[in-house]
Parts: sequence; C-alpha cells; structure tokens
Amino acid sequence: MGSTSSERTDLQKAFNTSPGLEDESAVEIIRREDFSDVTFMLEFHHPMMAKAAKPGQFVIVIPQEHGERIPLTIADFDRKKGTVTLVIQAVGKTTKEMQQTCHRGTPLFGVVGPMGTPSHIGNNKKVVCVGGGLGVAPVFPQARAFKESGAYVIGVIGFRNKELVFWEEKFRKYCDEFIICSDDGSVGIKGLVTDGIKLALKKHTDIDEVVAIGPPIMMKACAETTRPANIKTTVSLNPIMVDGTGMCGGCRVKIGEGIKFACVDGPDFDGHQVDFDDLMNRLKRFNEDEKKALERWSVSCRIRGKEAPPTGPRL
Amino acid sequence: MAKKKTIRTIPQERTPIAHQDPGKRIKNFDEVALGYGLEDALNESERCLMCPETQCIPGCPVSIDIPGFIAKITAKDYRGAYDVLTQSNLLPAICGRVCPQEDQCEGLCTVGDTLEPVAIGRLERWIGDMAISEGWSNIPYREPNGFRIGIVGSGPAGIACAADMAKAGCDVTVFEAFHKPGGVLRYGIPEFRLPNAVIDAEIDALSKLGVRIKCNTLVGRLFTLEQMRNEMGFDAVFVGTGAGYPSFMDIPGESLNGVLSANELLTRCNLMHAGEFPDYDTPLHLGQRIAVIGSGNTAMDAMRVCLRLGAANVHCVYRRTRNESPARVEEIDHAEEEGVEFHWLAAPVEILGDDQNNVRGMRCIRMELGEPDESGRCRPVPVQGSEFEFEADMIVYAIGTNANPIIGQTSKLKLNKWGYLATDDTLATSMAGVYAGGDIVTGGATVILAMGAGRKAASSMKKYLGIRDTDSLHSTEIDDTITTLFGIDTREKNFARVRIA
Repeated sequence: MGSTSSERTDLQKAFNTSPGLEDESAVEIIRREDFSDVTFMLEFHHPMMAKAAKPGQFVIVIPQEHGERIPLTIADFDRKKGTVTLVIQAVGKTTKEMQQTCHRGTPLFGVVGPMGTPSHIGNNKKVVCVGGGLGVAPVFPQARAFKESGAYVIGVIGFRNKELVFWEEKFRKYCDEFIICSDDGSVGIKGLVTDGIKLALKKHTDIDEVVAIGPPIMMKACAETTRPANIKTTVSLNPIMVDGTGMCGGCRVKIGEGIKFACVDGPDFDGHQVDFDDLMNRLKRFNEDEKKALERWSVSCRIRGKEAPPTGPRL
Repeated sequence: MAKKKTIRTIPQERTPIAHQDPGKRIKNFDEVALGYGLEDALNESERCLMCPETQCIPGCPVSIDIPGFIAKITAKDYRGAYDVLTQSNLLPAICGRVCPQEDQCEGLCTVGDTLEPVAIGRLERWIGDMAISEGWSNIPYREPNGFRIGIVGSGPAGIACAADMAKAGCDVTVFEAFHKPGGVLRYGIPEFRLPNAVIDAEIDALSKLGVRIKCNTLVGRLFTLEQMRNEMGFDAVFVGTGAGYPSFMDIPGESLNGVLSANELLTRCNLMHAGEFPDYDTPLHLGQRIAVIGSGNTAMDAMRVCLRLGAANVHCVYRRTRNESPARVEEIDHAEEEGVEFHWLAAPVEILGDDQNNVRGMRCIRMELGEPDESGRCRPVPVQGSEFEFEADMIVYAIGTNANPIIGQTSKLKLNKWGYLATDDTLATSMAGVYAGGDIVTGGATVILAMGAGRKAASSMKKYLGIRDTDSLHSTEIDDTITTLFGIDTREKNFARVRIA
C-alpha cells in the first residue's frame, strides 16, 4: 500500500487532534435506511476504519454501555466519505434494541475493527458471488473488489420474497451477469440461490471461485452444489464471539481435521472443508439465555410503551 | 540511632492478613484478602532487618528499593514510602496483590531463612491502597522532548512501558482493542483478587503523566505497525499484546456447547459482566457441576468466579499433583477453602455430550508421575486401563495460551518457532524502533514479569532515541556538591536528538 503525503496528514491529524487523555470512543451514526420490518442499514463515521477496511472483514459493535459485543460483517465502506456501512437483521434482543434506538445522530457506545483476515481477491477471471438474504450485504464488497480487479462477476442473490429485497441495483452495477431468486417466485426466478448457482455453472465451465455468504444452512447447500465440480468455494462464517481478537476461542470452528478461530483465522474459509453442522450446533449455545433476554426486553418495552407511546415513524 | 535489629529482636510471627470468611465470600465478588491496617503494617515493617546487602531487590523484576520503602513505613513517613515505590513501580496497589512474591522478593528475604519472610507484598499493597484513598500521585517534572511513542496493548507490559516513556518526557499514546483499558488486569483477573477500582486508579495515575489511551483500537487491522512508524509519526513503538489464543487439547467433544476456555469465561464475567445478565446483555450459561482442566492461576480464578456466580460444584482436574501446580500456593488454598474439589493425577481423554450437543461429562484417565521432563517437573504418564467417567455440565480449559497471531499476520516482524515475537536482549524486534515485551514475547507469564519487560523495553527505547536514562542520572544526584559529571550538567535531563540534514 503506497502512502501519499495527504494520507500522512490525515492519519496524523486523526491522532494529533484527539482531545483529553482518554478519548471518548463513541461512534456517530450518520445514516439509517430500513429495508424491511426486520432489516436495516446503519452508516457510521469512522475515517480510519473506512480507510483500513477490506472486503470480508467485520467489526464488533457494542451498542450501549451494558451491551454485548456483536460481530457484524462490513457491508460497505467509503474511503472518501470516511464511512462504514452495516446491514443488520433484528432477530435477538440486541439487534431489536438497535433497530429501536439507533438513528441518525445517535452514538454507538463502541465499534472496533476492521477485524479478521481480508478476503483473498487474487487474479480470478470468473467468479460467482452468492448472497442469501442478509448475506447480500457482506458479499457486496467482495463482488465489487472482484469487478475492480478485472474479473467477470456473476451475481446470485436470493430472498424469501419481493418485500425483503435490498441493494438489487447496487449489486447489479458490479455484475456482468445477475441472477435474483426468491422462494415464492415474486421476484426473479423461483427457487433458492443454489438454483441460481446451478444455472451459472451450466452456462460457464470456467468458473474459478464461488463466494457464498448467508445463513449457515444456505452456505452448506452452496458448498454441496459446487462440490461435484470441485469449484473453489469460499464462505464467511459468523459464529458466536466475544473479543474478536483470538483471545476467547468462543468462535472456534471445525475446518477439515483442524480447529480454527473464525475471528483471526477467518472469517473466510474453504466451504468444502467447513463442518456446518458443528457450526449450527454451536450457534444454539445461548438459545435459552437469548430467549430470556428478548422476552424480558419485550415486556419492558410494552410497559414503557404504555407510559410514552412511540412518537412518529422511524427514519 | 536505633539499636541494630537482629533476627532475635524482630517480631517473630509474620503479621497475618485478615481474610473474608470463605462461606461468606463465595457469595460476593468483594476482595478475599482484606489488607493490613496501620498497626499490622507498622508491626510487619519492624520485621525487616534492613540488610546492608539486600537479597530481596534482585528478586524483584522491577527492582523496587524494598528496604527503602519499608524503612519509610517504620519512620511513619507513608508518603515517603510511596515515593520510593513509585520510583520503580507505578502500580503498587496492583503488584502488591497479584505478584507471586513467594517466588520473588519474599523468596529471597533473609528473614525467611529462619522465620517466615517479611510480607513485602502486603506492605506494598497497603501503601498502594493508601495512595489511592489519599489521592497521592507522583507526577515528575517532565520536559517534553518531542518524541512520540505508540504502545500497543494497555496490559501490564504496555502501561509499565508507557509510564517510563512518559516520565522521560515523551508524548505517549496507548492503543487498546477492548473498550476498557487494563488488558489482562481487566478481563482476566477477577474483581475479588483485583478490584476494578484499583485498576481505574492506577490507569488514572498513568493519565496524569499525560499518557493518552485510545480504546476500541485494534492495531494491525485498523493500522499496521509499519504505518505507526511511517505515516503516523511514532518515533518508537512498543508491542505488549499478550499471549491470547487459548489452547485446547484436540480431544473428541471439544466443540460441544458448554466447553469453553478460561479466557472466554473470565472475559464474559470480568469485562462484560455476564454475572449480571440480563441487566448486562452478555450471557454465560453457567453450569451447575463444572470441571476446570488445569491448575494454574487462571484455573483458580475461573473456578472461584464460577462458585461466586452460583455453581453448586466446581472441580479441578489436573494431570500432575498439587506440588507441580503452577498456581500460587495462596490461590490453591483459597480455592480449597471455598469448596473447590481437586482431582490430581487425572487427565481428560474425551468430552461426552447428550443428544442436544450439550456437555454431560468427560472420560478421564488416571496418571502417575514419571521421570522429570525438561521443565524439571515430573512427567505425567497415563495408567493403562484406569479410565473413568466424570459428570459435568460445563468444562473450562485453563491449560495455557498460544501466541496471538494478529501482529504476526499484519506486520513483517520476525516470529520465533512458537509464533511469539522474536526479540534480542534489549527487547528490540526485527523492525527498527519497534520493541516488544510481556506474554507476546515469552508466552504466558505473570503481571510483574510483563511489567518488568515493559520497563526494560522502555529503557532500550530511550537509548534508541538518544534520551538519557533518568534512572542512572538519579544516582549521581545524591551528592549535591557535584554539579557536573564528565563535563555534563547533572541537572540536565536529556539530550536533544540532532538530525543531520
């Protein structure tokens, strides 16, 4: 990476102007967009992170002081604007709370990253980038990087139905071919992303790599689809983690015969080597606690809701 | 002039330290050892013989003037004692608590040849605690020298190095990946052994020296060491990122739910407050019958945390015996008093799960001690046909850590064959201006050894930058009549570095 003199001043400025002894580390959200009832996008300002981020990396977000550390794959970054984008699905207590509290202008208590080993873009000539549901967001930077490196990019994205679709145009822009699938056929072809992969494999016999990101069950199916033809298939794993720096070992995954830590050895791994069943079992580790936390939070929201009804639509 | 003390005239008994009752303390996270009172400290300070040829100082990794600070206590000059301590050690309240004094200063104490050694650690802690409650801090006069120092990691190695560099007049920035500073002091050592308030106070002392601490900053990934040296303008960098990367045993069943590393358990509890779930969002899912594998200080901490969080039974499984245990004797005693059951000479061979992929127990094998290995400890040998099943619903691995790979992945620093950073005797790495120390160089060790390494690296960094070491200058200042040495004014604190165009 070459360093120009303007970069030098940027980096130095970021540190020389830091006020006080212990810098407040909150990060400000500058844009939010809701894709559906459960999926939303947050863009926050962090010029250093935007400069350092590479496709395939993730961040850890601590939404509030009592919050947990949740890993989220970077969905986009803009080095000029100095922003990083995350796409979040509100499924548990923490993400539902974020859906309710994170708006433009509000701070995130802590964001650390980028973390993980960046994706290997290499000199591939033809690649398939597969995103399932929320996975469309994290695979986007890879599709863009492949395109910018001169590869022929086939995009395959899938959603349950038309209402859940997001970033279709943004994604299509970096694809030479584009296949969109939906479970109910309300948009694109009716079928799963694996059907999209099969179409691409039928048409092209010279695919170098398939990159698939989405729920574990989807990535497993994608890996099985490409296994017979022995096409290199990379998946991005998102197991439960605490620190994201290799220190706790909570994110250990079975890759072939060995154990790897997704946070520092990954999150990208060879899909044909990943033990997805093991990953899916380990993701259930805190199911009971998560349910309890969500119930307790929902009850407190209802109580608070009675006292003060929510004001206006969220933006 | 007081009469010269002899081994016969000093108080014969080591002054006991009050402890919280085991039955009570396993229900709270308050400190176990309550610390000395004034009478205790004065009595214990009388036990120091003030040996002219001190045995204890060479045992201290940071070379505290031990008789010096004890003499100040005897003279009831407590602030003076603090001044002596802080010449060598910025963190007396922490080190007084967590140093393995029995293997260091106290292990070499002359009194200890005949009686119990002087309780140096307890006295150090007493002074450290007094400094916190009285709000003392020693901020030396610092003439800014324009050098910028970057420190990677705010654990014991990083803060010791930061303090020394700041005292020398450098502009110091510490980078920490977590959202709170302190490193292992924060995430690893539990509240009942080292209260967070003590860490806060000691970090505050660092801030008063002008050190800037930046949290949520993962060096290597947010910016690299090369960038720190080149683009960001740091004249020297110290890497003290700790060992991290917990070891597992590679036996069947390790990915069952309920199997975790002690690092994970302690981080969830100490840093993330999992014990207060759901008021805090981080869960732990504590078991009721917990087996901890390993018998080091980390294992003791993990077990005692589990007891306090409400686990009914906590077991320690170790393949050697109590004598070979790496944990401090005091820690094993405390764990035993609190009801931990020890199973010596046993090693797990397989972890057993139920149909929900949760842990239900483990199969272990009995061991016996064989010939000593290269570490000098007897090698454990499995006893054929002695396998047995052990019921447990949570299994914690506390068998040590490997090198954290992040710095290695993101820089060209030379690593040794185990993946730790390779350094020379001065703790210089293979990159000019980059120094390293603590667990990332040596592998898992102790807080004080890491602090010693941080100070040693600071001394090398000063030499590298051409800053005169104020420590060696200090010794020449005692004689007020001499104002110059080798033609140099003794009041001069440092040389300005000359850059030749």
